[in-house]
Amino acid sequence: MERKSAKNQLSKNPKAFSPRAFSLKAFFNSESVAGHVCAAPFMLGFVAFFVVPMITSLYYSFCNYNIVSPPVWVGLKNFADIFKDPVFYKSLQVTFSFAIASVPMKLLFALAVALILIKGTRLTAFYRAVYYLPSILGSSVAVAILWKRMFSVDGLVNRVLGLRIAWIGDTRTALWVLIILAVWQFGSSMLIFLSSMKQIPSELYEAARVDGAGSVRAFFRITLPMLTPTIFFNLVMQFINGLLVFAQGQIISDGKPMNSTMFYVLHMYQQSFRFGKVGMAAAMGWILLIVVAALTFILFKTRKRWVYDY
Amino acid sequence: MNALKKCHIFYHAVVIAFAALMIYPLVWMVMSSLKESSTIFHTANQLIPANPTLENYVQGWKGFSHTTFATFFLNTAWVALVGTFGTLVSSPLVAYALSRLNFRLRRALFGIVLVTMMLPEQVLMIPQYLWFNSLGWVNTYYPMTVPAFFATHGFYIYLLMNFMSSIPRELDAAAKIDGCSFYSIYGRVILPLSAPAIATVSIFSFIGRWNDYMAPLLYLKRTNKYTVSLALKLFMDNTSSSDYGALFAMSALSLAPIFIIFVTMQRHLTEGVSTTGLKG
Repeated sequence: MERKSAKNQLSKNPKAFSPRAFSLKAFFNSESVAGHVCAAPFMLGFVAFFVVPMITSLYYSFCNYNIVSPPVWVGLKNFADIFKDPVFYKSLQVTFSFAIASVPMKLLFALAVALILIKGTRLTAFYRAVYYLPSILGSSVAVAILWKRMFSVDGLVNRVLGLRIAWIGDTRTALWVLIILAVWQFGSSMLIFLSSMKQIPSELYEAARVDGAGSVRAFFRITLPMLTPTIFFNLVMQFINGLLVFAQGQIISDGKPMNSTMFYVLHMYQQSFRFGKVGMAAAMGWILLIVVAALTFILFKTRKRWVYDY
Repeated sequence: MNALKKCHIFYHAVVIAFAALMIYPLVWMVMSSLKESSTIFHTANQLIPANPTLENYVQGWKGFSHTTFATFFLNTAWVALVGTFGTLVSSPLVAYALSRLNFRLRRALFGIVLVTMMLPEQVLMIPQYLWFNSLGWVNTYYPMTVPAFFATHGFYIYLLMNFMSSIPRELDAAAKIDGCSFYSIYGRVILPLSAPAIATVSIFSFIGRWNDYMAPLLYLKRTNKYTVSLALKLFMDNTSSSDYGALFAMSALSLAPIFIIFVTMQRHLTEGVSTTGLKG
């Protein structure tokens, strides 16, 4: 095959007749070399922007380091300090509460609205777009500012409900402001549910109808089981994303009041960029990576029990 | 028949009511930005402004620290466009190699793509900051643009691979018989045929970079380098809690480009979300 293509090019380009040009061309044209050449950007990028930073940060996580002065090796001291830090435990608790509260609600909304919109009408495309819009805009600073003003004491929510509650200033409600913001962005999960609902063969529903099953029964016996792989995928992705909230938390409440919205990544950011404990923050990054990896692993372990693979 | 019609109307009424509730905050922000700044909060439950004015936009555009929002918008456009261009140069090429060429590292690299997809940027926040700091990249746009040229977004590679693997193999074989090298198969066959997926990737990439807050927060120190997202946050911190007109105006304006992309390219967006969700 290689020889053939080389020959072809030779006949088109008689100047390339010198043996050297010939072999070089053939070399770059072999599938194996072409594969490596085309994948080269990613290989270089992976080394330069993942491997090198991660390894240097692993080194710094064992150092006392604040960027300005050279790092000093302190062994496991950073990790010991982290496990003694009460805010570390608080931030874990806040982050997990956030993910555990927001993800199931988000997926329930996504599923419910997808079920409503699966029925195609002339307006369905428009409805889909409207429900999806918050997911597109939701990660912006503009929406965070909007949320902050909506839930302020003289904000929209209090005006409409006729209350005067400091939603963001109260330790009992502050986290909920952020949870509502996350649930509001259920649109992308909804689109994923919609497209996998359309993949379910209609023969299944016809057979169910012939057997006398109603629509509720069809939902629990056909739609839901057939959707479990998609639900699983969404659950994993959303849960991981839930553990990583940063921007919205930093803009809306910045961990306040009394650390009740101190997300893990926010705490890590503050350790590094506010208090100059870069070595400690590097160690926190590694702990986060281990937590996320372990959690993904556990979720995949439960997969066999409830996900229906067809 | 009548009952069926009633049922239809009821269905649409419920769906519309819920949709209105969903986008009400956004509409409220846009409407509020057209109100006189001092009246925004005591007329909060009144959606339509009594005396619509563009005063907030004029005031907001002036920005702060001698820098207008024109600078912030241009900065953001630059970062978003260069980053997206980098993604478009690199990601399809890598996806082509991984989905259609047979070479020794292929399986290993695909595994690494999946790992980078799952590896969140928050985990890389400190490591990359230290690395870019030692390269002298702080207060430049390089941390936000250069990595894009090396296909660092595993998600985009994955999305493109999914699409490319649906292109029939016979086309490659035919092109090869016609004398195409593997590179011209990419340039003349695979790349043009992947246009829909490439459109999806560029939209995702542009929106992601336009909205990005974490990287500008970490790397941009001088006001005249700020992107819109960072400028808005600083603008909010500098604004007293009573004067929100200008802040809302600039917030609404910052969402305008994304909203326009959303309205015009909606099909590519929704298809992108759906096709990536299928595999899991």
